[in-house]
Amino acid sequence: MSHLSYEQAKKVVYRGLVILAVVTLVEVFFSLLGKGHIIEALKHMPVVHYLVGLLIIVLSLYKAYFIIYEFMHMRYEVKGLALSVLLPTVLLIWAIIAFFQEGSSWKGRRDQVKEKNEIPAEGQNSQQGMISDDTYRLDLKS
Amino acid sequence: MATTDTVMEHHDVQNGDAWSGGQAPFRASYGKLMMWYFLLSDAFTFAGFLIAYGALRFSSPTWPVPDFVFSTAPFGIHHAPLIFVTIMSFLLIISSVTMVRAVQEGHRENKNGVVFWMLMTILGGAGFLSCQAWEWTNLIGAEHMSVTTNPFGTHTEDGVYLTADGKDSDEVFHAGSSYLMHKAGAGHGDEHAEEGHAAADYSPGDHPGHFVDEKGFIHRKFRVTEGPDAGMVKMEEFGPKAFGALFFFITGFHGFHVFSGVVFLFIIMINAASGLYVKRKNEYEMVEKIGLYWHFVDLVWVFVFLVFYLL
Repeated sequence: MSHLSYEQAKKVVYRGLVILAVVTLVEVFFSLLGKGHIIEALKHMPVVHYLVGLLIIVLSLYKAYFIIYEFMHMRYEVKGLALSVLLPTVLLIWAIIAFFQEGSSWKGRRDQVKEKNEIPAEGQNSQQGMISDDTYRLDLKS
Repeated sequence: MATTDTVMEHHDVQNGDAWSGGQAPFRASYGKLMMWYFLLSDAFTFAGFLIAYGALRFSSPTWPVPDFVFSTAPFGIHHAPLIFVTIMSFLLIISSVTMVRAVQEGHRENKNGVVFWMLMTILGGAGFLSCQAWEWTNLIGAEHMSVTTNPFGTHTEDGVYLTADGKDSDEVFHAGSSYLMHKAGAGHGDEHAEEGHAAADYSPGDHPGHFVDEKGFIHRKFRVTEGPDAGMVKMEEFGPKAFGALFFFITGFHGFHVFSGVVFLFIIMINAASGLYVKRKNEYEMVEKIGLYWHFVDLVWVFVFLVFYLL
């Protein structure tokens, strides 16, 4: 299945070890840099945090690509196999956007949610739980 | 010599059309194909966990800083942020590389090579598991983190700590800096000699400089020095609860994958050594399949490492 000779393939493997090790070290370096362990002043600069975060994510994705394509030999498989395994993961992009949006929205409404959860449930007309009175409901009186 | 029950049937790829059978889809064997789809489903499980981590982290006003939480290593090393987990990552990367070597020796039908490199892979996996066991022991035993209690908190205001008799000390902190709440009467691994650290009264209840809750956690008091609450005396609170649960659950689930991987690697190594796969004459396909699984475990660690330790 591999189109390389044994000696070539061996060389690719050890090159892979060096690449993964170096990328990991670079990631850790930048992570510590962004947290202000190497240059103290960077600790309070949000721009640096975002840039470093983005860089680390890109490097991790490269590591993932390298492991799948070289170590798991996806490069040498039929294109259909690669697509059938990799394409479904595209769904995760939406999951990430949706759930992170949900998370940050929750952060902004924590006090409100807490307040509404503490409203006592007694009485017919008092508001119950988290559904507020102005929420649209089906009016069955016709 | 060859008997029918040990020799795998070779698929006759060129024979007949696609619907008459005998053709391997995607020119991959059944086992390998199904391993790929199992790994895809497993990837979704892990993605679900990690996205839940992200969503909860986004939803919390503060979050423990990983380079503060994970800064201890065996042999009494402290304040060494991320060093220990980097070593753990290297162990997994190296064991991934030795696994590729085992698969390559399998393609050459070199039995001794396969067994040797699989053994190296098992050692790497066992080393990783040992490191994780130490990390968990330290977090639970020395730093008192549990699924429901997270003693790693973050300051949201600038302030100054109070001394044991309730006066301002010279320990100043800024918003965003982290603290670890200690437990009265228990060591916490980091035996620094703070002023009055041992001498003060740590019985449960309110004290001038700190509050000790019924579980024995010491909430140090501090005076806020900036912002709308300036001048007020507050005390340290627990960090977001979800952190402990997410950490133990996700790294535990990954560790369980590593453990199962080591078990299966061991079984397949024994089989290889016994000559079972020599008889199958399929270039040690079983080694290739467990190899796919093992690389996947390494792949997941790339992302666990990313979200828990680097970001």
